[in-house]
Amino acid sequence: MFNRHRRRKRAMAAGCDGCTDFSLQQPMGPACHCRVLADIGTGCRCRIRRHRSQGAIRQRLLDLGFVPNAEVEVVRCATLGDPLQMRLGDYSVTLRKREADLIEVQEG
Amino acid sequence: MKSSGQNVTVGLAGQQNAGKSTVFNMLTGANQHIANYPGVTIDKKVGSYRNRQGRVAVVDLPGTYSLTSYSLEERVARDFLLREKPDAIVNVIDASSLRRGLYFTFQVLEMGFPVVMALNMVDVAEARGRAVDAAQLGRLLGVAVVPTVARKKRGKAELRQAIRQIAGVRQGLSGAAEGGFRVDYDVLEPAIATLSDRLATSKTLVAMAPARWLAIKLLEGDVGTRTLVRTHHVAAEAVLAETDVATEAFEAAHAISTGDHIVSCRDRAAADLADRCQQATLPGAVHLSEKIDRVLLHRALAPLFLVATVYLIYELSIVQGYKLTTLTWPALAWLRATVAGLLPDPGLLHDTLIRSLALWMVDSVNTLLNYVPVFLILFVLIAILEDSGYMARIAFILDRVFQSFGLHGQSTLPFILGGVFTGGCAVPGIMATKGIPDERSRLATILTVPYMNCLAKIPLYTLLVSIYFTAHKSYVMLFISTITIIMAMIVAKLLTITILAGRETAPFVMEMPNYHLPTPVGVLRRALDRTWSYIKKVGTIVVAVAVCVYVLLQYPGLPQERLDHFDAAMQRAVSNFQEGIQDTAYADLLQGPRILELLNVASAYREAKLAATNQAASAAVDARFEARHADLYPLLRPRDAEARSVNRALRTLAGERSTLRTRIREETIVHSYFGTIGRSLEPVTRFAGFDWKINVALISSFAARESSVATLGVLFQEGVDENITLEERMGREGAADGRTSLHALALIIFFVLYPPCLATTITVKVQTGSYKWMLFSIVFPTIFGLAVAGGVFTVGRLLDLSGIQAMAAFYLLALLTAVGLAFVRDPAWARQGAAIIEKKGA
Repeated sequence: MFNRHRRRKRAMAAGCDGCTDFSLQQPMGPACHCRVLADIGTGCRCRIRRHRSQGAIRQRLLDLGFVPNAEVEVVRCATLGDPLQMRLGDYSVTLRKREADLIEVQEG
Repeated sequence: MKSSGQNVTVGLAGQQNAGKSTVFNMLTGANQHIANYPGVTIDKKVGSYRNRQGRVAVVDLPGTYSLTSYSLEERVARDFLLREKPDAIVNVIDASSLRRGLYFTFQVLEMGFPVVMALNMVDVAEARGRAVDAAQLGRLLGVAVVPTVARKKRGKAELRQAIRQIAGVRQGLSGAAEGGFRVDYDVLEPAIATLSDRLATSKTLVAMAPARWLAIKLLEGDVGTRTLVRTHHVAAEAVLAETDVATEAFEAAHAISTGDHIVSCRDRAAADLADRCQQATLPGAVHLSEKIDRVLLHRALAPLFLVATVYLIYELSIVQGYKLTTLTWPALAWLRATVAGLLPDPGLLHDTLIRSLALWMVDSVNTLLNYVPVFLILFVLIAILEDSGYMARIAFILDRVFQSFGLHGQSTLPFILGGVFTGGCAVPGIMATKGIPDERSRLATILTVPYMNCLAKIPLYTLLVSIYFTAHKSYVMLFISTITIIMAMIVAKLLTITILAGRETAPFVMEMPNYHLPTPVGVLRRALDRTWSYIKKVGTIVVAVAVCVYVLLQYPGLPQERLDHFDAAMQRAVSNFQEGIQDTAYADLLQGPRILELLNVASAYREAKLAATNQAASAAVDARFEARHADLYPLLRPRDAEARSVNRALRTLAGERSTLRTRIREETIVHSYFGTIGRSLEPVTRFAGFDWKINVALISSFAARESSVATLGVLFQEGVDENITLEERMGREGAADGRTSLHALALIIFFVLYPPCLATTITVKVQTGSYKWMLFSIVFPTIFGLAVAGGVFTVGRLLDLSGIQAMAAFYLLALLTAVGLAFVRDPAWARQGAAIIEKKGA
């Protein structure tokens, strides 16, 4: 629970609008200079760079389309700030921030 | 070899949510579970159909995203493909997410199987403006592609025909579909080629799977394939060493792991294929599902919708369902009366074994069947939630809470079925844990679902509340319905950080299905299936257990001297009766066995009169008894002074008989095995304020919760003839024994934590596959419950608290414990964190 506050602070500092903006009006979102998926603000898009996770988690993420270079949009987070809902192309996937912390991304 | 007249086996494979189960139903017509919730199909299901050429057996493989060896489902699917070598694979794919579905298709093609693709849900894809050109896709992939809408049974004949064709080709050629589609792994191709040449030297390996597939799997770092090579290849170590060298060289040269490269290549190929067969997406189009989610999953509104949904389930199934049971109960009562009529008549004091045992069984089954309307409504609503896709959203909303206690978002469904807040049954709840991918959470869920508000626990709660907490009824009910979930969370976390700490965990990575309108047939079929499996599973067990409980409650029976004592008392009553009527005209008629007959007829007459609701029915009862028992009838409805005096004497005799019978019943239980156990436990349970009567009731309720109140009813017999309720009887006796509301609170708390009933423990055995967990699920809650109830009672007594005060204090303490435990670090996170740091350092 403390993690959540820390992360949000980190996200704010990085220029993301945290988990407050539900609009999908800005497809690119504000410029995010974040490095892992968990830091990407709601409504922002980014590209997967690589996975830090191993084994089953990694395989599962890859199977669900989190492959290098795939474009991911963070749609929303749940009421308590975790898990996150992601949109990859034409379907949605949810994952916890802990897992999103293990995915390196690049903005744009 | 000609294919006509041949029987073939096909495997049905595909990703979760692609509608695999629906296609299976369409092909084979089997009655089956269909859901929107990822991970429902885990068992291997086999169906078959027959067409002109012969029989086609269809094996439903677990829905998996891929064919690696990481998860159990994937291993099951892969082992089936490698070992049983089906004649063809029907690859079910969701047309509306073609690109991701193709990953799986590529892997099946690489394994060298002839593939028929069922391009399912083409209607959904079309509605979204992403129609797929099936013919084009088939040409590019080199396989038969059949567009289907399995929900509406569209494409059934075409799919069957394609299966027959491809299976025939396979049997003719007995080889992989050469020259078909092949994913190009680009810069990795040379390494794949070298490695497959090395692997091809082993005849056993090549007989199992194509060398190219093995090579790709080795380069992906697949553990299962390494084992396979090690067991079947003569120069296994050399091949594996070569693999490692190639992998390292590749990673050094291209700054990407071979695994990631392979997946990216597949992704690129899938994207390319999808682009060539699909119209471009309308840019900026927002799906209907997303529009709904903007409201239902709105950060602030989501909990409101969730509470509203749970309340609706409660209102419709529990409240309205209970009203329905008042309509169904007369049918069950009629069943009992009919059975009672068929059995031998009751004796003066002792009934024949066949009568008492049969009625005991009917009563046990009836208490169970009484809940059927409630369950049916509950299961219909849950099926709607699952099929519509909202169940996955509930998991999404609640995952954060569950996560703090070591559970999983997908624990929601089991808890709802088990009766969180509203009342349910742990049996379907535990059965629903099948879908949880996380081994540790699944076990924790299985072991905590029984703490939920089992519907059958409610009668005891109601009884205790109406005796001891009349002034605070609603508070106590609120306490009971929320303390269950608090205690469940505490137990889940305790188990997670102790005995379950070493178990495998899985991430909460779940596909969020799109909303679908549930079909009435699908919902009803599933609700009926679940209700039926409840009746079947629990029903058979309850019947078996009823016999055991009967024996334990009735044997070894009364000592001879007590029997003689009661017989003598009855004899006296009968002679008194005979003396009393000596001077009447009926004295000659009422001799020996006729007295017993009169007693039984009189009691049947009274019951029938009570059951008659109106004047006409009452008259009919009179007519019936007059016709059947012409000589005794004047005594039932006395019209002259003599008959009236006989009737009076008869009533005294009947009263005497009933008192003696209940005293025998009571003493039998005291002398029974259960009574002995209950008494011997008294020194321990004294700390929780339970006397032996409560102990006996608790022990007997292990068989089925309903029996707790029934047993208490038998145990608190004094005053039964005064026709006062069990509440008053218990209250009166309790007051005499110095029992207070604190005693009642301790009992309620113990009952909340009480071990699951026998049916549930059997289900625990089925779902965990081990007797060890089943035993644990009995022993742990008993000790834990006794400790907590004993603690509350002892402390409450020392501080001289009333029941309601102790309740408030305990509630606060439990809540604080739960919140405190939520912050305790999960051992699995620590492990994961360490692994990452290690990797960063390396």
